[in-house]
Parts: sequence; C-alpha cells; structure tokens
Amino acid sequence: METLKKEKTAPSKQIRKRISGAEAIIHCLLAEGVDLIYGYPGGAIMPLYDELYKFQDKLTHILTRHEQGATHAAQGYARVTGKVGVAVATSGPGATNLITGIADAQIDSTPMVCITGQVARHLLGSDAFQETDIIGISTPVTKWNCQVTKASEIPEVLAKAFYIAKSGRPGPVLVDITKNAQVEEFDFSYEHCTGVRSYNPYPKPDIKAIEEAAHLINSAKKPFIVFGQGVILGKAEEQLKNLVEKAGIPAAWTILGLSAMDTEHPLNVGMVGMHGNYGPNLLTNECDLLIAIGMRFDDRVTGNLDTYAKQAKIIHFDIDPAEINKNVKADVAVLGDSKVTLDMLIPLIKANSHESWHNEFKEKYKIEFEQIIKNDVYPTKEKLTMAEVIEEINIASGHRAIIVSDVGQHQMIACRYAKFKQTKSNVTSGGLGTMGFALPAAIGAKMGAMDREVVAIIGDGGYQMTIQELGTIFQNKTPVKIVVLNNDHLGMVRQWQELFFQSRYASTVMVNPDFVKIAEGYHIESKRISERKDLKATIKEMLASKEAYFLEVKVEKEDNVFPMIPSGASVSDIRLK
Amino acid sequence: MENKWFTISVYSENSVGLLNRISGIFLKRHINIESLNVSKSEIDNVSKFTIVVYTTEDWVRNIVGQVEKQIEVIKAFYHTDEETIYQESALFKVASTLLFDERNIQNIIKDSNSQIVTVSREFFVLAKTGRRNEIDDMYQQLKPYGIMQFVRSGRIAVTKSEMKISSLLKEFNQ
Repeated sequence: METLKKEKTAPSKQIRKRISGAEAIIHCLLAEGVDLIYGYPGGAIMPLYDELYKFQDKLTHILTRHEQGATHAAQGYARVTGKVGVAVATSGPGATNLITGIADAQIDSTPMVCITGQVARHLLGSDAFQETDIIGISTPVTKWNCQVTKASEIPEVLAKAFYIAKSGRPGPVLVDITKNAQVEEFDFSYEHCTGVRSYNPYPKPDIKAIEEAAHLINSAKKPFIVFGQGVILGKAEEQLKNLVEKAGIPAAWTILGLSAMDTEHPLNVGMVGMHGNYGPNLLTNECDLLIAIGMRFDDRVTGNLDTYAKQAKIIHFDIDPAEINKNVKADVAVLGDSKVTLDMLIPLIKANSHESWHNEFKEKYKIEFEQIIKNDVYPTKEKLTMAEVIEEINIASGHRAIIVSDVGQHQMIACRYAKFKQTKSNVTSGGLGTMGFALPAAIGAKMGAMDREVVAIIGDGGYQMTIQELGTIFQNKTPVKIVVLNNDHLGMVRQWQELFFQSRYASTVMVNPDFVKIAEGYHIESKRISERKDLKATIKEMLASKEAYFLEVKVEKEDNVFPMIPSGASVSDIRLK
Repeated sequence: MENKWFTISVYSENSVGLLNRISGIFLKRHINIESLNVSKSEIDNVSKFTIVVYTTEDWVRNIVGQVEKQIEVIKAFYHTDEETIYQESALFKVASTLLFDERNIQNIIKDSNSQIVTVSREFFVLAKTGRRNEIDDMYQQLKPYGIMQFVRSGRIAVTKSEMKISSLLKEFNQ
C-alpha cells in the first residue's frame, strides 16, 4: 500500500540523469517553483552552495547576516506571497540559529521549508565538529522534519516537505541533509507530492454543521464575527466580506487576521485582544453568538477563559481539528478550508442589518476615541506619539503599504492604527512575539512584493536584535523603509513594570547608539526626527525614495498602550487608562 | 473535571522520530505517561502506540487532537477502561530453592494462573498476564519470599468499538 501520492513532473531537459544530491536539491526547489531562498553557508552545506553558484541565474540566494534573519526573511516572503519561504543553513550553530524563526512560523502557521546541512552519515552521533541533533531540537517546533542520509532520498523527502509546509494549516518543515548525501550521485527524477496517507490537511466540511451554523446566525440578535489568519491562508477574504455584508454582522480581527478585510469597511469594528479596541472586547461578553473564523482563541485574545463569551453560543470555523474545543468550547464546529466552508454557508444566510447592535460598537468607539485614540493620533502634547507616525504613513501610502512590525508597544500601536485596503499586508510576529522579527521579515516581504511599499515599524529594542540585517539590505539594495520608533526603553515591559510592578524599571532603560550613523555606515539614506513639524514631510520623503530609507523617530519615552486587558483578566475588565 | 484512567491508541506510520514527537506533546502539558507500548498493528506496516494516562477528559481530548495532528499519525483515539479490553504482562524471577522449600509458592502459581517460563538450578521465572491489580496481588504474595527481579510491561489494549483504520487507508488509495 502506498503512503504517498505523487504526480510526475515533466523532467527539465537540462537535467543530466545522474547528478549529485546537492544538484538534486536545486532541481527539487526549481520544480517547486522556488526562485528565491535565504541562507548562510558553512562546512556541512558547502556542496549545496557550490551548486547554487552554478544555478544563480535560476535561483537567487540572499545571504543574510545571521541564520535567524534567513528564517524571518523567508517568513516575510511567505506571508505576503502565500508561497513557501525557504531558508538554508549549515549544521550545528547554523541549524540552531534557525530555531526561533521556525518556532515563530509554527505558531503563526507560516509555510516554510528549512534545509540544513549535517555532518556525514558515518559521523552521526559521534559529536563531530558542528554536529547537533537538529531533528531532536526542531521536533517540537516543526510541522514535520526529516533527516536524509542518502542522496536517493532527497527528491521524495523534499517533495513531501513542500506539500506538508503549504497544505492544510501551513507550517515550517525542516529537512536535514548529511554532507555525504549532498555529494553522492544518483539517478534523479522528481515527482510532486500530492498526498500523504497519514495526513488529512483538508477535512471534509460537514453540511449538517454548516446548516446548524446558518440556523444560529439567522436567529441571532447580536452576532459577532472574530476572524483570524485562517481567512488569509484560506484565501477567503471575499467570502468573509460577503458574509459580513449579507448578514450585517460586525466583524473584528485578531492581529494575524488584520488586513483580511478593509480596515475602513463600515462593518469592520476593529481589533480584539489585550490591546484591541474597546467595543470588540467589551461586546464579546454581550453578543449572543460569537462566530470565530480561522482563529485559535489565543490567551491574548480571550483573557480569562472562565469569563469569556459565556453568554454566547459559539461557532468555530477552522481547518485544524486540534483547535476545536482546545481553549473555548464550540456549540457548532465547522471543520474545513475557510473558503470552502464560507462558500457553503453564505447561501443559507438570510440578509440582515443588526443596526442597533452595530450602533453599540459605534458608541463604544466614541468612548475609546475620546479617551484614547484622539490623544494617540492627534496629540496636543509636545512629544511625538507612535500612533501619529503610523497615521502619517497611512495618509502618505493611501492605506496601500505592507506594514511589518516587530514586537512590543510599537507593534500594538501599528496594529491598532495602520489602515489596510489589501490583504496580506500586515506582517507581524503574533504568536511567538519574536523581537527582532521585523527587519529581516521586511526584507522578505519586499522581495515578495517588489511593486508594493514595505514599511518596517520597529522599536529600539527589537531593532538591535537583528540590526545586522542592514547589511543584507545594503548588499541587495532592497528598498525597504525602516522606521524605528525610539522611546529609549523596552516600552512594553516598562509599561507592565509601571502598571503591575510599581514602576520598578528593571533593565528596561536602553542607552542607545546613534542609529542614524549606523545606517549611514551601511550607506542607507537616513534621518532622525523628534518634532511634529518635521513628521509629514519626512514620511513623504521616505516613501518617495526609491531606495532603502532609515527613519528614527524620537517619541515620548513613557507612553502606555491603552486600552489594555491586564494579563489573566476578563475582556470585560478592559482598561481605558 | 475529575482525573480518570484513559487508554490512548495511536495508529501511525512506522517512522523514526515519531515517538519523540508524540512524547513531546505530553511533556508540554506536564502529563506523565503511566505506560507506553509500541507494536505492530492489525494492518501491515502500521504501528500502534498504546499510551495510558491519568488525567481529565478535557486534557486527553486535547492531547489526542494534537497527537493526531502529527503528520505520520493516521488516527488517534482515547478510551476509558470500561471501553477497552486490556492486559499487562509481568515477569518474576525467584530463587529455585523456594519452589521446593515453600509449599505456598506452588499455590500462588496455581491461584494466579501464571506460567513457569523457565527453571534453572538457581532461579525460575514466572510470567503473569492480567489486569494491573492481579499482577500487584501476585507481587505482594511473592514479596515475602524474595523476588530477585521483577518487570511489568505497558498496557496493551483492544477496544470494544471499531477503529476503522483500514477503511481510512483504503480511502486514501482510491
């Protein structure tokens, strides 16, 4: 009995039949439609780099300055294109440096294939130079991983790797290839993988569950949609919009769902979660039906589960059966690809408007606007705020930029205030919260969407975690726009210290270098501003530049992000100050 | 929700590293694996893990979902003791002199339905298959006479209900 389904691909004419494992890797990547990879060479992966040299006209390799940067770049590329990102590293430290990016891709469902070199087969287990058990290390953070010790295994394993990475709920896959397998020659042929018998990536939707869901939606008085990245990964943006408009249901997003729906859509009521909008959080506990689409009820979204939407019936649409009833019990679970299930649902939905219910969101927005948004976006105080910078970018880019944010206060502000017309435009590290994500991810995002403006929004802390990737930007002339919102603090931790640790600012004050000089060292056009009068013109200048541009904005040092649901509190306990 | 005994049955491809992947899921949730057995199953080239845990139904449901999500796992189930037929095996190594000097030893062998696997000049080995409590009883009875070595296997179990793995695999190959 076969365990894999395969599809023969027409062999490319240039391929000699008998080739090395390393050359086979290149042909596998080309057969999977890969034309851009990120990585860093080293001893155990040198045979592959030797082939990359020969195939550089077909396959571009971007040398990052650290393997972690390669993974985040691959993630950024994958997030904006929907294609599989590829990162390559050598054995030992090269491989372990991939782990943060892999863990990030796992929790944020990003399709990625990582290829690592490994010591030769006869040295495995002997503590050889740069040997590390990367299969053991990466197991908990990969969707799948596999070690290859023979050249002849390469095509099937890589075909399976790409299939697994991109199908169903996407995720990272690591393939570890011993040096001897890269050198050995074998008779090459390639077949795409189209199925793995022990893996069911697309559960068949149950029409009964969809009918039940439709019944609940049609009879609800206060229905509320919360959508996540499942909508983007399932390419169901159109379906979501149709459902929202037909049923007249207010819809809010998780930070990974952001940009799946136009932020200016009248029924888009904002963001849920710890620093989400006031209305969506508060009214989660007042709706009578919560419709979760492609989201996983993360603790940063739900707060205390014991007091989360207890009054409401819950419908959970998801592709991953393991997410159903994991955190929140669903009254109706609809398994399947969001595009397929929503397409089945929409014809069963009765047109509605729920006007008075929608007005409740508008009322709450007014409160939030008066108490928070107004002061964030249109401040009257002297120092610049993070939010007014984001707003200027909104205006100057016409809501069309891809925003890549790092982790911390600036991320929450970027997610709260950035406006998006297009899907796949918000790239951020949501689940893992990886500081240092944004700069390399922005490189990948830009390379995946050369026709679009890519703006990285980074704090002064996270920026210095992967600052060396300025070298990658310089070497490749990647025209990304880098905005560091500098408050000379690890702002989010400082905020928690202020609110919950009686202002004991343990290790959150940053004495920062001259960021502009550092950017200049990499020959990147750069500027620092600290006054409101310079903001508009500088953002315009930055976006008008055809090249990379670094902008440091000195912002108020001790601003806090509000609203806020304190860790472990109920969504009803959302604080406005 | 109260803790209960659950038997988790996992049908999987026979692949290197899967045990590590599965045990990691228990590790993450700090759940002790009370017993673990891996063997072939009724289907060619399909392995079967039998894992026993003592936890709540909510947790076992979540764990089974996350186990089943692993690429090389075909299907995973959990059952209560009432829903399964289960056994464990144990071996007792005892000094041979006791077989002749202690009359009661022969009664224990008879009453426990255990088998003598081997007898040598120095020791003999008893094999006992049964429920955990039966093995524990036999252990307690033999203990006063001295047990040279003791080992007990993990639980093996079959379920009263059908698991339908073959039809699942057939579907894939269509």
